[in-house]
Amino acid sequence: MTRALTLLRHRLVGSIFVLLIVIIGTFLLLEAAPGDAVDAYIVSTGGDAGMIELLRHRWGLDQSELTRLANYLWALLHLDLGQSVTFSRPIRDVILERLPNTLLLMVSATALSFGLGSALGIYAGARPGSARDRFVSIGSLALYAVPGFWLGLVLIVIFAVDLRWLPIGGIETLASDKAGLDRAADIATHLVLPVSALGFIYLALYLRMMRAGMAEAWRQDFVLAARARGLSRRRIVLAHVARNALLPLVTMLGLQSAQMLGGSVVIESVFSVPGLGRLAQEAVAARDTPLLLGIILVSAVLVIFINLAVDIAYVFLDPRVGASEAGA
Amino acid sequence: MSALHRFLRRPEAVAGALILAALFAMAVSAGLLFPGDPQSIAGPALLPPFQDWSLPLGTDRLGRDVLTELFHGARTSLAVGLAAAAAALAVGAVIGTLAGFTGGLTDEVLMRITDAFQTVPSFLLALAFVSVVGPSLGVVVVAIALGTWTGPARVARAEVLSIRERDYVANARVIGMHPLAIAFREVLPNALPPVLALSSVIVAAAILTEAALSFLGLADPNRVTWGGMIAEGRTVLRTAPFLSIVPGIALVLTVLGVYLAGEGIVETTAVRRGLS
Repeated sequence: MTRALTLLRHRLVGSIFVLLIVIIGTFLLLEAAPGDAVDAYIVSTGGDAGMIELLRHRWGLDQSELTRLANYLWALLHLDLGQSVTFSRPIRDVILERLPNTLLLMVSATALSFGLGSALGIYAGARPGSARDRFVSIGSLALYAVPGFWLGLVLIVIFAVDLRWLPIGGIETLASDKAGLDRAADIATHLVLPVSALGFIYLALYLRMMRAGMAEAWRQDFVLAARARGLSRRRIVLAHVARNALLPLVTMLGLQSAQMLGGSVVIESVFSVPGLGRLAQEAVAARDTPLLLGIILVSAVLVIFINLAVDIAYVFLDPRVGASEAGA
Repeated sequence: MSALHRFLRRPEAVAGALILAALFAMAVSAGLLFPGDPQSIAGPALLPPFQDWSLPLGTDRLGRDVLTELFHGARTSLAVGLAAAAAALAVGAVIGTLAGFTGGLTDEVLMRITDAFQTVPSFLLALAFVSVVGPSLGVVVVAIALGTWTGPARVARAEVLSIRERDYVANARVIGMHPLAIAFREVLPNALPPVLALSSVIVAAAILTEAALSFLGLADPNRVTWGGMIAEGRTVLRTAPFLSIVPGIALVLTVLGVYLAGEGIVETTAVRRGLS
């Protein structure tokens, strides 16, 4: 276990550096944006040149770049992301309000793509080179090529416009005073289409990885040993081949979280899900750069935490990671 | 048997190559077949496809010819996809080589920067970059490359780490070559094949990202984009779904063509290396 802990500490220190680089990056983008917070404020409230000078001084915008970066870091340390001009509220509050919807969407879509993807990968990889293997791999490649937002629109045309089975967008029926299980069911029906759109485009990735991993595992000695012991094919596939191919997929889960957060921007826009992604699009439309960069920062923190969680999960899943425990 | 021969014996690879050839033909001929402004009004608004043979795919909400737009959109998709991928591969190869060859603190710093770029969702980064700098073709290319150079950088670094211990690198040191000259003239060219193997995935990702950006309205306003066409069609999704569906099919076919042809090239050349 000690080696696993050292590994985690190393990751944690690395993460802090990474976060610092991300913060400096967002600061530079913020500086590059035309106009500053005072310009945005004056546009919405009005004011003369004297007022602008006063505000610039009060908000510390007339100081040097380095001082401003230090101020920015100091504010972030207090979890202060600044004020959103479009919402006239602290950016942190706006983001926290939208975050749960995005997390719900992401977790469901990840479960769908990981679950169905690895299951189909096992199905195809159980008989490498067979007709069903080829069919599933080519199908997954086609799925790879589909843009998520377009898949979303096609799903809307079929299931919401033509068949009228599912709602066209939003996260729940507005002003319905549903509560408890009714409300959960309502949210679930609203999530079916966006989760499918987001989940299906990442499904191909897990499927192909699972299949490739299984092709690799088939060649290993332990499979031969299992065969020699006379185990059934089903047992070899599930307990030996698939099990060994599953581990890299867990790593992918962490790496993919950033991609999925990005993908949720367009999906939330297509389905009008009031989440972080749609907020990013609103921020772009309103030219609210501080809000957009706040979203980027929060996403980065989220991705870092997810990857740390994956690292921890790995210690429990792969006995080799903490293997020195007995010897040390 | 030549690599070309092996490529031609794979039906998927040939299908991919044919799709790409058709796409190139569309992009090249767009100006000849459909001269003038592709965004000008060509007929009545919302004409369905296959009704009027002078406008075979119909018209959009403003009466623009869908087929003309599709051809001109192929230009944008292809141009942005190839340029962004080329930029990402070049930047990634250079940074990966520097990190792997110099090692030590430079390596550590460069790799943490790579981590940082992988931590920020690349689509959000592209979104922020385009919205801060302003949408134009070049900016979109840079925005996409910003999120995709990390993969090539990691692959290049891993490859360089194994190459830098070889004898010819030691020899180059002995004859007094400048370390940077060794890194870029001797090591980098040998580290390129696995980096280039990523091309198809990166071109495909770049085309999809460009489409998503233009779908959200972050594209050069003077150019036709498939993503923009899908967004246009979305406003009349209930009455004229074909306006969104047609450019989407073009996108799917394009990306599929890139994947299939790319996979074919990688596998046929890998076989050759395995045999030699």
